[in-house]
Amino acid sequence: MNKYVKQLKEGILDNNPVLVQLLGMCPTLATTTELKNAVGMGLAATAVLVCSNLFISLLRKFIPKQVRIAAYIVIISGFVTAVELLMRAYLYSLYQALGLFIPLIVVNCIILARAEAFASKNKPLPSMVDGLAMGLGFTFALCLLAFVRELLGAGTVFGYQIPGYTPMVVFILPAGAFMTLGFLIATVQKIRSVTAERAKQKQTQGIKPASAAAEAASGEEEKA
Amino acid sequence: MNFGQILLMMFTALLVENFIFSKFYGCCPFLGVSEKPSTALGMGMAVTFVITVSGAVTWVVYYCLLEPFGLEYLKTIAFILVIAALVQFIEMFLRKFIPALYSALGIYLPLITTNCAVLSSALLIVQNGYGFVESVCFCFAASLGFTLAIVVFAGLRTRMENADPPAAFKGFPLTLIAAGLLAMAFSCFSGVKF
Repeated sequence: MNKYVKQLKEGILDNNPVLVQLLGMCPTLATTTELKNAVGMGLAATAVLVCSNLFISLLRKFIPKQVRIAAYIVIISGFVTAVELLMRAYLYSLYQALGLFIPLIVVNCIILARAEAFASKNKPLPSMVDGLAMGLGFTFALCLLAFVRELLGAGTVFGYQIPGYTPMVVFILPAGAFMTLGFLIATVQKIRSVTAERAKQKQTQGIKPASAAAEAASGEEEKA
Repeated sequence: MNFGQILLMMFTALLVENFIFSKFYGCCPFLGVSEKPSTALGMGMAVTFVITVSGAVTWVVYYCLLEPFGLEYLKTIAFILVIAALVQFIEMFLRKFIPALYSALGIYLPLITTNCAVLSSALLIVQNGYGFVESVCFCFAASLGFTLAIVVFAGLRTRMENADPPAAFKGFPLTLIAAGLLAMAFSCFSGVKF
């Protein structure tokens, strides 16, 4: 069980598909004008990712190596069509807001990347967990970006107006999408470099006393 | 649509509703393969070629195969299969008959199957209800807009190589912010309506 928790943490934080692996940029930039759309897009992609990972993992011994990409694309587009029809039936406003980006989940690089890198080599259950982890990581990144853009660009959070705030429309426009994501990824890189440095310091601190003592000893020897 | 309307539609697809800067179709290759103007031009040409051909083929597939049999809901699956097969076919054709063009575009072709600009232009044709000639013109203009965007951006990025940004902004974040500035420039066209 612990293994799966670790997998989830890996997907959402340490190895986030958008913020760290830099995959799936088109839906990330396009559907994050509102938090509502971001959640919808993220969960739709998560559903497809879990199902496609499960199926590809089940079929991994039957799919010939030469045509595997085509086979993956057929499996993925089947699930995408199912999700699209379900959304049109039950979540029509969201379906209209996301527009072409629902069918475009087919060519989302995150899904193909997980199929190729994980599901084609692992058992069904871990593959499903991997799909869930990566999907939630994708949703998390989308929500983070959409939260900033909606707050600054429209002055709302989940559609609720913030009183006394003049919105800066540029954050809703495409230019704002690129820039906000740029700043977000810069923040992530900063956090990663700081934590890496801390880990390094901890390591050297562990070694330091011994080496410092040795240095002090050698210094004393020289004095003597 | 008469000739003038088609021309206006092409202008709109090329600049006003640019695939990258207003629709975000095809951002992955735009951010990934734009380090040098020469590779960007190669990618752009390959994309233009594939989108124009796939626009024509998917139009025929949709209106001659899917619609008569009431299978419109299968369009995503059908289109992506057609595109994947087409890219493979174009690659084999170019390697056999036009080796010069193959050596220029060859390495970019396999990447194009998963370029969302190709699938989205095929879906947009159906959504907007274009006829055959309009579809081909639309695809050509839209993919030319993609090429324009990626080449201009590659030119920007070669200049940025000499810059010395803070460590956290090195690489991808700086690229994104430059893309944002370029998108701001392109948003000037969004006021142009006919």
